[in-house]
Amino acid sequence: MAGDESELLASLRAGDEAAFTRLVSDWSRPMLTVARGFVSTEASAEEVVQETWLAVIKGLDRFEGRSLLRTWVFRILVNTAKTRGVKEHKTLPWSTVAGEDSGPSLDPALFQAEGEPHPGGWRAAPAAWPDELAVEGSVLAGEVRGELQSAIDTLPDRQRIVLTLRDVLGHTAEEVCEMLEISQGNQRVLLHRARTAVRAGLAAYLEGS
Amino acid sequence: MAALTCQEMVELVTDYLEGRLGWRDRRRVRKHLSVCDPCTRYIAQMRETLELLGTVPVETLSPEARSTLLDAFRDLRR
Repeated sequence: MAGDESELLASLRAGDEAAFTRLVSDWSRPMLTVARGFVSTEASAEEVVQETWLAVIKGLDRFEGRSLLRTWVFRILVNTAKTRGVKEHKTLPWSTVAGEDSGPSLDPALFQAEGEPHPGGWRAAPAAWPDELAVEGSVLAGEVRGELQSAIDTLPDRQRIVLTLRDVLGHTAEEVCEMLEISQGNQRVLLHRARTAVRAGLAAYLEGS
Repeated sequence: MAALTCQEMVELVTDYLEGRLGWRDRRRVRKHLSVCDPCTRYIAQMRETLELLGTVPVETLSPEARSTLLDAFRDLRR
């Protein structure tokens, strides 16, 4: 176990309120993101996260440190969320067969087919995006944020969870694999498909189609 | 080794940006990008998308929920 983790664990066991407050504020966003994939509503996800924290508080003394604290907390979270999801008759995100994870991630119609001059080459180059997009605080950047939000919301559960954890919340690949107990390869496939879809959604919006 | 097509390039973008390509594939990607403006633009747009994603707000627990949890922590860890 990492040094700062054993320190954190000792602080929590000693009843250090500042350490607990910091942990709740650092981890609740990713926890809500993950929980939301298993249950039907935001409110339900919030309850799952609260229930998880209560279980963590009660279980701190039993936690043996064989896994990372984060892995342990997220395992409790996922189990709690699954139980809740089953009650709500929601299809569990990690039980689906990986049909959505194979095949080309970007519409093949964008590329030339066999028999055309350049098979696999762009049919038309991606259209340029306005420079204003990169300007922080610009009207366009604001509009685009709403567009991104809906592009994220329409992703399949697992892709949405991985993309939100990685690209919106800024967690590392290692952290995400720990939280979700998935392999690096699986993490990258989900991330790749999600990023490709979100960029395409943004492109469609900017090109006004 | 065969040159990459644009369609193959697009599927390697994440591994490329994540630094997960082996040196051979990395070289193929760089070679392709050095002669392909559309793919260079595609990858720039992907980077821009990632920048923008980092500005999307994410819900967290309400202040009420957090203070309830702190109370529970206080009670149980005393």
